[in-house]
Amino acid sequence: MRNIITVYIRPYFRRMGVGFLIKFAGTIMDLCIPYILAYIIDTVIPAGDRLRVLEWGLGMLVCSALAVSGNIIANRRASRVAADIIKTIRHDVFARIMTLSGSQMDALTRPSLISRMTSDTYELQQVIARIQRLGVRAPILLTGGVIVTFTLDWAMALVLTALLPLLVLVTVLVSRKGIPLYAKLRESADGMVRVVREDVAGIRVIKALSKTDYETERFREVNQSMTDQDKKAGMVMAVTNPSMNILLNLGLVCVIVTGAFRVNAGTGEVGKILAFTTYFTIILNAMLSMTRMFEMISRAIASGDRVWELLAMPEELGVQEPVHEFAEAANETGVTCKAAGVSAESKLGYESAAAGGDGVEGGKESCPPAILFDHVNFSYYTGREEQVLTDISFCVGRGEMLGIIGEIGSGKSTILNLMMRLYEADSGQIRIDGRDIRTWRPKELKQKFGVVFQNDMIFEDTIAENVTLGRPLSSQEVSDALCCAQAGEFVRARRDQQEDGLSIRGANLSGGQRQRVLIARALAARPEILILDDSSSALDYKTDASLRRAIRAYLPDTTLVVVAQRVSSILHADHILVLENGRMIGYGTHEELLEHCSVYREIAHSQMGEVR
Amino acid sequence: MEKQDRPEQSKRRYSRRTLIRLGQALMKERWRMLLALICTVGSNLFALIGPRLTGYAIEAIEGGRGQVDFARVGYYASWMAIFYVVSALMAYGLQVLMITISRRVVFTMRQELFEKLLTLPVGFFDVHQTGDIISRISYDIDTVNASLSNDLIQLLTTVITVAGALAMMVAISPQLVLVFAFTVPLSFFLTKYITGKTRPLFRERSAKLGKLNGFVEEMITGQKTLKVYSRESYTIGRCDEKNEEAAEAFYRAEYYGSIVGPCVNFVNNLSLSLTGVFGALLYLAGRMTIGDISSFVLYSRKFSGPINEAANILSELQSSLAAAERVFGLMDELPESADRADAVTLSQVQGSVELSHVEFGYQEGQTVIHDLSLTAEPGKLIAIVGHTGAGKTTLINLLMRFYDPNRGCVSVEGTDARDATRKSLRASYAMVLQDTWLFSGTIYENLAYGSRSAGRREVEQAARAAYIHSFIMRLPKGYDTVLTDEGANISKGQKQLLTIARAMLLDAPMLILDEATSNVDTRTEVRIQKAMRNLMKDKTCFVIAHRLSTIQNADWILVVDGGEVVEQGTHQELMEKQGYYRQMYEAQYE
Repeated sequence: MRNIITVYIRPYFRRMGVGFLIKFAGTIMDLCIPYILAYIIDTVIPAGDRLRVLEWGLGMLVCSALAVSGNIIANRRASRVAADIIKTIRHDVFARIMTLSGSQMDALTRPSLISRMTSDTYELQQVIARIQRLGVRAPILLTGGVIVTFTLDWAMALVLTALLPLLVLVTVLVSRKGIPLYAKLRESADGMVRVVREDVAGIRVIKALSKTDYETERFREVNQSMTDQDKKAGMVMAVTNPSMNILLNLGLVCVIVTGAFRVNAGTGEVGKILAFTTYFTIILNAMLSMTRMFEMISRAIASGDRVWELLAMPEELGVQEPVHEFAEAANETGVTCKAAGVSAESKLGYESAAAGGDGVEGGKESCPPAILFDHVNFSYYTGREEQVLTDISFCVGRGEMLGIIGEIGSGKSTILNLMMRLYEADSGQIRIDGRDIRTWRPKELKQKFGVVFQNDMIFEDTIAENVTLGRPLSSQEVSDALCCAQAGEFVRARRDQQEDGLSIRGANLSGGQRQRVLIARALAARPEILILDDSSSALDYKTDASLRRAIRAYLPDTTLVVVAQRVSSILHADHILVLENGRMIGYGTHEELLEHCSVYREIAHSQMGEVR
Repeated sequence: MEKQDRPEQSKRRYSRRTLIRLGQALMKERWRMLLALICTVGSNLFALIGPRLTGYAIEAIEGGRGQVDFARVGYYASWMAIFYVVSALMAYGLQVLMITISRRVVFTMRQELFEKLLTLPVGFFDVHQTGDIISRISYDIDTVNASLSNDLIQLLTTVITVAGALAMMVAISPQLVLVFAFTVPLSFFLTKYITGKTRPLFRERSAKLGKLNGFVEEMITGQKTLKVYSRESYTIGRCDEKNEEAAEAFYRAEYYGSIVGPCVNFVNNLSLSLTGVFGALLYLAGRMTIGDISSFVLYSRKFSGPINEAANILSELQSSLAAAERVFGLMDELPESADRADAVTLSQVQGSVELSHVEFGYQEGQTVIHDLSLTAEPGKLIAIVGHTGAGKTTLINLLMRFYDPNRGCVSVEGTDARDATRKSLRASYAMVLQDTWLFSGTIYENLAYGSRSAGRREVEQAARAAYIHSFIMRLPKGYDTVLTDEGANISKGQKQLLTIARAMLLDAPMLILDEATSNVDTRTEVRIQKAMRNLMKDKTCFVIAHRLSTIQNADWILVVDGGEVVEQGTHQELMEKQGYYRQMYEAQYE
């Protein structure tokens, strides 16, 4: 929370200060009115001067007018400042979320990110607005009250002041207990967001299995835990108010007893004790209204800490200085490429892989390979013994096609994640165009890719917007991409064609249509490397076949990486990588693999049957 | 749900209804509320006794130097201490009570809202952003929570105090009360005017925040995609627009809402000034004593204090009303049509399904299925093939009765699906959808999801049959591995196998596979098919897939195009026909 204040609120201190001053003036005006009234009653009326009565009455009106305008202006400024601060915080939070690395996302989880971005910032906003609005009057009354009591009778005032450490102690104790409870409450809120999101996504399954009762129970649990946390925190915070009350009122009792002794000793006056009690009430009320703010602040601190935790996440996947000069890197890559070929060869026990590697090297010596993996290892969670990828090495030249095939869970998608540096490899090196990906600026690197993920996202927007995602692409480029993705036909059939709106998660498209829009998105910017992660699974063979032809015609120089379940989707690839349990168990062309790789042969036979 | 285009008149009625419904929600806690009220009054009374005792104690001191009656001072002082402690304890009790009430009300509200959510037709979630729904269930309800109970008690206390003070003032000087005849209506109308103006602003504030949350939720879900296309700054820019709108709406509502307090305060000051001036004039005219003026002023301050407080609360109430409106708006969404009163519970379903002359469209004027008829006999494997978007998924929606056909009827075992209870109808199907769905929980929980009776052994058996057992065993915690929402180590294909295993555990007479195996590598698929065939024995099976290898063994193949069955028959027959099916089949090897 301290960080939130120094980073986000401090720049507004000046504006807030001016607002406080205006509010202060308004409040003073407000407080003046009873005194004028007392003056009228005590001094003016006995004098019997009608004109002066009217004059002072007018004075009261002026004060009221000043008070109301001061307060309104100050409130307006307070709302403005709160809105501006939160706008900045939300902007930064969202920006930070957008740049989180894959593993950071996994660690924080999306529901938590959503609630940090929404509820937690909202909590902060409420408090920032309210503290400014309500936080002026009470301190004025408090300090004013304390000063007046000191002028009345210092001894009695000291008794009151002696309570101060106790009050502080109560506050500290309660907040030390309360803030963690609020933090827990926010965590339970994450749980609620999780259940709602899951159930919205799975509503069809829930209904199909008639599991609404079960889900209701599941929600009841998170709801109950939220309610309990909220209640617990509330109960703890509720202690403050009565304990302040008790402390202060017992203080009052002490004051009276002290007063009694002083009066008895002749050093005090009874009238002063009386006046003291009046001011004491003011102090008490001010104190209580400050406790209310204190509760709000405790909530805000819990939220502020969560927001800051997110904002302060270390920047992962930073850009490294290029270790080598480009030419040198390219040169070295040639060697590594051969090494990759060799390692593949030794592992798989056939010659042709090396020949393939040489082919790449020899044919395109001048330009480095588009994609190169050199002994890459990876696991999602560090510290877990099971590796997702083990010793992956391959090399794809520019304009070539790489097919990746393997059982589910064999690490196919992970290779893609590493290739685009969504996750960082544990060891080994990955080069794109001969340069270590850690030395690419993220934007430059990403610009090379066009990707369709397995569970890729259709946004609630027009078809065209879903293809461009806001990239500066002409409508011609969009329609070309749609055509190439075999989506031209069904898009034309829609009412507003490219401008037709898509529902949330593309619900008004069939699975195959969704995939084709996603493919169009990947194609639209004519990327240097096109990655399709099992993205034609919902297409029928006919469409799939024409799609493959169209992509080659549309992007003749693009390097293709295709993850597929169907052998027919990758059988023309220049290199096919067969994965099992994160290891390469085959690498080569279709024909080579048929000959040397038993797993591949089995897959191919089961799919193609007697045809080949 | 956005009632923005509603005329102002009905909007007003709407907010009154909202108020009534909020009241009803609170009335469920009426006994606790009553207790709270008693506590309030009691605690206030006890607090009032305090000053009285102070007075007595001071009287005992009044003797002056050397004359102080310490025994009496001590006596009253100890009583004071006791009363204050008791009063504070009661105040604490009151707070505990209020916290309990408000959390209970909120708990119920959340629960009801969520339960309502589950009754909504599936199409609802295709047009409403999850983030907005979350916003309603969290932020809007929280807002109601924050103000509702406390404010209500506060308002009640206000009414009591104000009434008392007014009575005292009338007793002192009826003429001077006339001042209030002017200022009270003034503050009333002022408040009404301002709140009338601010209500739409609060409404907008809630709506804009919901929009922002909807956007944020969608973008966070798609973060990976956006990152890959380097759309971070573009998306942040779009978020800024929504953020700006939400911040502005907050500012406007907050600012105009906060006008009420100072304005009412102004009117109160006005009346204080008028009282002073007129009081003085009355005194000068000999109609009033100074003492009367003082005590009148004292009471008028007692009178205006709570009114001030109430005015401040009003702006909070405004925001919670706007929030409650959104909550109730969602609660008022039309649920799936209820089962008929005389709906039969399907039992002993053998698995015969018939569609006759079914016509259906999601939106009016956009018919996706025209006149579809088909008969599926028990135990048969019906394969539905066709171009993407030909209406295959829609067919599932109709079979499961996520939607009812516009014309024609779907019947199971000779019973029109609309005449059966949804629960029994849906229980007759096991389904594996294209979009796999798992929730955060252990693998075991996820697998046993559909059948409550399934024990560990059955679950493992099903997992084995779905060829996912060995994968599960390889996980560090096996079946007790918790799947997190975005489980990075579970691929789509693995998820699909898990849902297949889940479907296997359901002992349903009919099975629907919606491209279910499209993400399973073919090697596994062949094995699954074998297992499935065993499982599907004597079960009617609808397979919607694009893979011809999956459907070659089908008893009957429906070729769907443009929403209509263009060809049907066995694989052999269709191949011989040299038609659409043959064309599709051959495309595989192009």
